[in-house]
Amino acid sequence: MSLLEVENLRVTFSTETGPVEAVRGVSFQLGRERLGIVGESGSGKTMTGRAVLRLIRPPGKIQTDRMIFDGQDLSKASERDMRALRGRRIAMVMQDPKYSLNPVMRVGDQLTEGLRQRDRLGAAEARKKALAALEAVQIRDPERVMDAYPHELSGGMGQRVMIAMMLIPEPDLLIADEPTSALDVTVQAEVLSILDGLVRERGMGLIFISHDLRLVARFCDRVLVMYKGRVVEELVARDLMAAQHPYTRGLLNCLPRIGGSRAPLPGLDRTGTWAND
Amino acid sequence: MTTTQNTPARSLAFLRQIAGGLTTLAITLLGLLLVTFFIGRVVPIDPVLSIVGERATAAQYEAARVALGLDQPLWKQFGIYVLDAVQGDLGTSIRTGAPIIGEIARYFPATLELATLGTIIGVIVGVPAGVLAATRPGSLADQVVRLVGLMGYSMPVFWLGLIGLLVFYGHLDWVGGPGRLDPVYEMMLEFSMTQYTGAILIDTALNGAWEVFANALSHIVLPAGILGYVSMAYISRMTRSFMMNELGQEYITTARVKGMPEWRVIWVHAMKNVMVPLITVIALSYAYLLEGSVLTETIFAWPGLGSYITDALFTADMPAVLGGTIVVGVVFVTLNMASDILYRLVDPRART
Ligand SMILES: Nc1ncnc2c1ncn2[C@@H]1O[C@H](COP(=O)(O)OP(=O)(O)OP(=O)(O)O)[C@@H](O)[C@H]1O
Ligand SMILES: [Mg+2]
Repeated sequence: MSLLEVENLRVTFSTETGPVEAVRGVSFQLGRERLGIVGESGSGKTMTGRAVLRLIRPPGKIQTDRMIFDGQDLSKASERDMRALRGRRIAMVMQDPKYSLNPVMRVGDQLTEGLRQRDRLGAAEARKKALAALEAVQIRDPERVMDAYPHELSGGMGQRVMIAMMLIPEPDLLIADEPTSALDVTVQAEVLSILDGLVRERGMGLIFISHDLRLVARFCDRVLVMYKGRVVEELVARDLMAAQHPYTRGLLNCLPRIGGSRAPLPGLDRTGTWAND
Repeated sequence: MTTTQNTPARSLAFLRQIAGGLTTLAITLLGLLLVTFFIGRVVPIDPVLSIVGERATAAQYEAARVALGLDQPLWKQFGIYVLDAVQGDLGTSIRTGAPIIGEIARYFPATLELATLGTIIGVIVGVPAGVLAATRPGSLADQVVRLVGLMGYSMPVFWLGLIGLLVFYGHLDWVGGPGRLDPVYEMMLEFSMTQYTGAILIDTALNGAWEVFANALSHIVLPAGILGYVSMAYISRMTRSFMMNELGQEYITTARVKGMPEWRVIWVHAMKNVMVPLITVIALSYAYLLEGSVLTETIFAWPGLGSYITDALFTADMPAVLGGTIVVGVVFVTLNMASDILYRLVDPRART
């Protein structure tokens, strides 16, 4: 049985100039595996992830035929039930740590908040767990980071804090939105191996949103390719680099090649039928 | 890669900022003294004449002039003026012949008590009202908060005061009338109590004189309520807009992703950020009540700084007017500085 089953998901924002459809009928299944989502900027990756947590803010609206997480239909769950799932069973690594961490709260307080508030742990015990989580994501001076404010962290450091924060409650489903974009290669490899370990050993389900097609091809099991709120192609990750769909090919052609020519990156060709409507 | 700062460096920067603030404060006050000094020299009221009287001889006049230091060069006069002011000597009142600082020390606590209570009411009602409106934009609650706020903006304070007195004092007799106390209690306060602060509510409470306390409360409740209403109108509107802005930020979604309950998202995560600009708003509105209470004090016969300055103006007691002005200036600058320090305390980004 799959961990998450999404059928015909739509996210619509009502704006002054009429409704904007950010996600238009996305369906997918997720087992205890690594599912990549790629697509150009604005294609609806983040909104798809947030819709699973039912955290689209007004004026955005979520519609779906079915959204089953571990036997429970999220589209029919009460707000209270959703709150019990969030952070504990489903977590989401937010895209940009610069804006996603509370600027006036110490990193430590944000890390331990879930443990203190939800799990009712004491201050010392919560701090110990948070320190361990920071060490796990390769932060060498966790004590100092705990006492820092977000603006005192570099981008990569903030990203690791965000990952640590979301892994602390040991979720069954992790939605990671560009989790490693600001990390250097060695740290990235380390973080990916942690995520990989959680999928293999604990059977966590992972939705891995990324711009980096090469990384997704290497790291994920399956990939959804999104364009304008739709999934235009779903494929096995290792076939990604050889994809035939013109949009996916376009994305691949946009990848800079090491040692490649310095010619300007080609734009996406949007002449096919897939690009219409 | 790490760019965290250690605590000693952080607090050192903080101290440096406070020192900088104090310098600004000193310069501002010096400027204020310069202005009041020259106003005192420019107004067509002869300070010597108002002391010695119309029928003084030339010798008497000259003696008084020398006593006032008016025979000295202007820059020297200013130097003496500043030195005196720094030591709390704001000159002598022409009306009463008493030191102005002593008179203000008696009048100012009444203003302080009224404005403080008004601000407390404004914050206690205004902040939750603004938060309520921000979390349910467009709802009935939001409309009500907006309407009540708008009324607070547009209705003149003296009009509110008069209607309030007419209804709650004249008609319903729910509150005490003008003044800080009924005359009977005023005597009790004067003769049988230690006056620690000059704020009647605090002094009577410290003396355990609850009957007088109750009477003082019945007198202050209406003017403080009206000032509180005005302050609430401003604070609730600003809180609403600050809160709306914060609730649109990404870190709010992060808190929700962590499964935090809505009250915590609003009152902890968003509120900590709202506090940053709100502190300035509260300080401004407090300063406004402290300085702008002239009308309220007149209507309620409230013996505060506003009344003192008005009375001095009507009797052409220029030193008293200028002394009052200096105190108002000091209050304003001090409040500004306090809000600046508080602001840095709640916003870590402003500290480095
Ligand atoms: N409040 C809003 N009102 C109207 N449209 C919105 C709103 N929020 C998001 N959208 C729309 O939703 C679409 C999908 O956005 P989303 O953030 O999911 O893109 P993304 O694939 O994550 O892009 P990126 O790679 O840049 O993060 C965007 O085209 C955007 O215009
Ligand atoms: Mg995104």
